[in-house]
Amino acid sequence: MQLARSNQTNRLDSLTLGILGLGMVGAGVGFILAMGAPPDQSQGFVARIFHMHVPMAWMAYLASFAALGYSVAYLVRRKAHHDRVAAAVVEVGLIFMALALLSGMLWARPTWGVYWDWEPRLTTTAILFAIYVGYVVVRGAIEDPELRAKAAAGVAILGSINVPISYMSVKWWRSLHQTQSIDLTTGKINVDAAILIPMLINLAAFTLLFIGLVRLRSIIAAREAAREEV
Amino acid sequence: MKPKYIIGLMVVAGALAYLIFGGLGQNLVYFITPSEYFQQIDRYQNRQVRLGGLVKEGSLSYNPQTLELRFVVTDGVKEVPIRSSGATPPALFGENRGVVVEGRFQGETFVSQNLLVKHSETYQAPKEGWTPEQVRKLIEETQ
Repeated sequence: MQLARSNQTNRLDSLTLGILGLGMVGAGVGFILAMGAPPDQSQGFVARIFHMHVPMAWMAYLASFAALGYSVAYLVRRKAHHDRVAAAVVEVGLIFMALALLSGMLWARPTWGVYWDWEPRLTTTAILFAIYVGYVVVRGAIEDPELRAKAAAGVAILGSINVPISYMSVKWWRSLHQTQSIDLTTGKINVDAAILIPMLINLAAFTLLFIGLVRLRSIIAAREAAREEV
Repeated sequence: MKPKYIIGLMVVAGALAYLIFGGLGQNLVYFITPSEYFQQIDRYQNRQVRLGGLVKEGSLSYNPQTLELRFVVTDGVKEVPIRSSGATPPALFGENRGVVVEGRFQGETFVSQNLLVKHSETYQAPKEGWTPEQVRKLIEETQ
C-alpha cells in the first residue's frame, strides 16, 4: 500500500516540469516587457521595481494561505502528503518573502531615503518572515514525524493571521509605505495599463513558478520520506 | 488532535488577536500630524517623535554653506517649521511631497535627524507631449 501511494507522489512528472518551464518563460517575457514599460511620472525608472516587488509579495502572502489550507487538511485527514506540501509551500514562500523584502529595500533607499524603517507594513512583513523562518526551524528541531507535522501545522495556522493584518496595515495605520496600488478590497487600480500589464504577466509567471517549485519540493520530500521508511 | 492542544492554540490565537486589534490598534501611531502636536504640545516636547505631513509650497530653503535645509510641514490645518541638517534629502523630496521627519521639537522648531519621503500608490506614465529631454531629466532626478 505504501509503495503504491509513494509512487504517485515520488515521480518527477512532466506537469511539474511544464509548469516550471512555462513560469520561467513567462518571467523572461515579463522582464522584457517591464523593461519597455514607461517610467513613472514622479519616480522615474526606479518605479520599475514595482513589476518584481508586488508579485513577489503576493506570492509570499499566497504561501501563507496555502500553508494554512494544507495544515488544516493535515490535521483533519492526517495524510503525510499534506504535511509535506505545507512544508514545501512555506519554504518556497520564504524565498519569495525574502525577495520581496530585498526588492522593497532596494526600492525604498532611492525613494523614501532609507533601506528600512520600523513602520507598520514593514514591521508586519518582518513578523511574517520570522514566522516562516520559525516554521522551518520548528520542523528541523522536532524528530518525531507526527509531532513535527502537528507543531508545524500550528505555526502555519497561527502565522496566517498575520497576512490580512500585513495587507491592511497601510490602511489601518499611518505608514511610510503607500497604500495598495491594486486594492483587492475595493477593486481600485491606480496604475496605468502600460505599467500594469507587465506586472500582471510577472504575477502569472511567478504563480506558475511558485506552484512548480512547491510540486518539485514535495516530490523531493516524498522521496526522502520513502527512503527513511526503508 | 487532543483537546488540550485545541485549547492551547485557541488561547494563543485569542491573545494574538487581542494584542493586535485591541492593544496595538489604538497605540500604534507611526507619526503624529502638526494638528496633533498643537493639541498636546507639552507631551511631545524634548521627546523623539515622528512628524508627518506635506511640505508646504514656497517654504523650502537650503543653505549650501551649512547644509541646513528648512521647510514647513503642514497637514492643511496647522504648520510646523522644520530644520534639517546633514545628509542630503532623498531625490523625491520636494514641495507638496509627503514627508515623515524623525527628530524632536526644540521650542517652535522641529529639528529633524532623519528625513523620509512618502510617495503615492499611483504609477502613471509621463503625460503625452513629454520630450525625451524631460524624460532624461526625470531619470537624472531619480538617480
